[in-house]
Amino acid sequence: MLPIDSTKKLSFNRNISDGDLVIVYEKHDAMKAVKVCEKSVLENRFGVFKHSDWIGKPFGCKVSSHKGGFVYLLAPTPELWTLVLSHRTQILYIADISFVVMYLELIPGCVVLESGTGSGSLSTSLARAIAPTGHVYTFDFHEQRAAAAREDFEKTGLSDLVTVGVRDIQGEGFPKDLVGVADAVFLDLPQPWLAIPSAGEMLKPDGVLCSFSPCIEQVQRSSETLTSKFTDIRTFEVLLRTYEVREVKMDQSQSEEGTPGSHRPCKRKHRASDASLWQQDNSGSPVVMARPSSEARGHTGYLTFARLKCVA
Amino acid sequence: MSTIKPEEDANQNRRITWDGCSVLLDINDGDRLVFSRLTSGSIVKIGNKNYPLQPLIGCPFGSLFQVENGINGPCLSRVISTAEANNTEEKRECGIKDESRDNRALVDNNTAQTLTGEDIEGLRRQGASGNEIVEALIANSATFENKTAFSQEKYRLKKQKKYAPKVLLRRPFARSICDTYFKKYPARIGFLRVDTLSLLLSFANVTAQSDVLVVDMIGGLITGAVAERLGGTGYVCNTYRGDSPYSLEIVRMFNFGDEINRRIVRLPLAQLSASQTEVSKENGQHQPAISFDDPSNQPDASISSIPSSQPVSMEENTVSNTETVVSKVYKAAKPGEKAPEDVIKSWKENGFSSLIIAAPDVDAWSIVKEVLPFLAFSAPFVIYHQYLQPLATCMHNLQVEKMAIGLQITEPWLREYQVLPSRTHPHMQMSASGGYVLSGTKIYNDNQPNK
Repeated sequence: MLPIDSTKKLSFNRNISDGDLVIVYEKHDAMKAVKVCEKSVLENRFGVFKHSDWIGKPFGCKVSSHKGGFVYLLAPTPELWTLVLSHRTQILYIADISFVVMYLELIPGCVVLESGTGSGSLSTSLARAIAPTGHVYTFDFHEQRAAAAREDFEKTGLSDLVTVGVRDIQGEGFPKDLVGVADAVFLDLPQPWLAIPSAGEMLKPDGVLCSFSPCIEQVQRSSETLTSKFTDIRTFEVLLRTYEVREVKMDQSQSEEGTPGSHRPCKRKHRASDASLWQQDNSGSPVVMARPSSEARGHTGYLTFARLKCVA
Repeated sequence: MSTIKPEEDANQNRRITWDGCSVLLDINDGDRLVFSRLTSGSIVKIGNKNYPLQPLIGCPFGSLFQVENGINGPCLSRVISTAEANNTEEKRECGIKDESRDNRALVDNNTAQTLTGEDIEGLRRQGASGNEIVEALIANSATFENKTAFSQEKYRLKKQKKYAPKVLLRRPFARSICDTYFKKYPARIGFLRVDTLSLLLSFANVTAQSDVLVVDMIGGLITGAVAERLGGTGYVCNTYRGDSPYSLEIVRMFNFGDEINRRIVRLPLAQLSASQTEVSKENGQHQPAISFDDPSNQPDASISSIPSSQPVSMEENTVSNTETVVSKVYKAAKPGEKAPEDVIKSWKENGFSSLIIAAPDVDAWSIVKEVLPFLAFSAPFVIYHQYLQPLATCMHNLQVEKMAIGLQITEPWLREYQVLPSRTHPHMQMSASGGYVLSGTKIYNDNQPNK
């Protein structure tokens, strides 16, 4: 997924080969991750796609099924991966992920600790930020989930950057061999305040901690625990609004008639039932307009950040 | 300590300041933010006094300083936080949980404080510290005892900021740099808020070894943020129309060593577009290895339009003249040199791994149309604008021309919360807009000029 291996780097000259992970794009909300295997086929509502037809084609190409339906084949990125990964838990999405990576001040070479691993949605972006020389240590107390995450990192080619541990961080804290090595710690736990003292031990001075909690009561308690060893404690909520874009023919007959501000608006009222007439009026020029999508995610979680105090 | 020169890019993650390093001074808990370069001669002005920054050299980032009257005049001295100090703070917090006092007896007639300005000046002359003055003010306030614990705390904080200002030494990272500009000079960065910047970096899949094409007309903030994520690998290539590259002044606020600065290059759009046909003929000779032995050997290196001796222009000298920054000529690789020829050739053959455009004054569609062909197939791109309409038009055109998929316009929303015992609520003021983002993925088409 990441261009650490230069042969996997996107290029005009790089084509899909056997064993590659591709994102099959039907439309913006229908995608699927597929491992290309010469003998394999993909079946969806557009028909049957033979993988062997894909090999040798460039990434980003359109491929057809036996019925003539088509999909696009994309190179995976952490953003696409977040949309296709199997949800073993509630996951973090791009707005929170991006903000966390930025506020944790992650750069190549950083060591970052995460708990819990969950579905590995954030881990993938953490790995992208600290590659090629840093490392992500991620912990989950759920053995199966940890194993599934490990498999995923193998599939996405991140296993050299991410180590998945099975551990109850709330109960036991982070492992002692990581004391003082972490540039940043991320907590997504039901009772983050239990893990905060341990997180403090793992961090370098001035290192940043982030705790993600859906409920304000969790934030309240975490913030109280943070005051003893941390400073610069700040809580945010970040959301995204998406827009629909449409080209519409706007009626401009008013200006064409050269009677600005006259009877026209009034006329519109009278002819409200004649809406179709207005739409058929082709005299207007098309205008591209945007409006916020009707529905949006209204809450994900609160992000609480804090810096470990520098004690001289 | 201070003699260590920032030579390796491990510096990027250094946690102790050095002579010549760029820092962000946070005065009084974000009330004022000042970029400075730590040298033996540099100073910061707080109130009406100048404080030398020398004592900050060799201190860990995150250190807190308070003002003191030293033998040689006013100086900054480091505050060492102790366990006791923390405990008293906690006690103060605990007392607040149950509160029955209110403001019914409060009359605003300006007689509550019995200390006069002259009294305070007198205390100062006797050598009283800022904290002692704050305590004296509290002791002489007739209303302090009757205030609620919340407003007692507020009062103390307000007086402390005036009489005992604190300076926090921060690392200049993309996060703090963007935050600071957004707060002080939002127009210079095209009103790009930090959460929006973080989205751009995600959507553009910026990571080590990538070759990121940018059109950065917001002072170099995008360039700097991308270079920070590249960590001295790959390239961030600034392309521009015409003869003069866009300003990269903000890049100098980051503490980039030579290895990172060398990865920040420029290339006129005309040259990127030139000799497409010639390149396609040579397409057979695949040359994946990018050599970058000595980019400073490039013939153009000496005529870079961004001399490093140019003063750090962020400072308020131009605005209110309250802060002075002494910048020093610094022998380092300059960011924004012309891209090496072999690297340009490799880009033309392989395409860029992603594209970021932040060009408030150029029509988004006209620029995308021009630069999208240089992006590898399946590569993500992202366009920032402070207005929605140019992005809407651009998105529509990209759809019509079938140049990209996964097109989406998003607008981030960021709200900060005050979290305190029994007093948790969103901040009363918030930024209402951090700008808009159009993101998408380029798809393969046969009409690629490169093919």
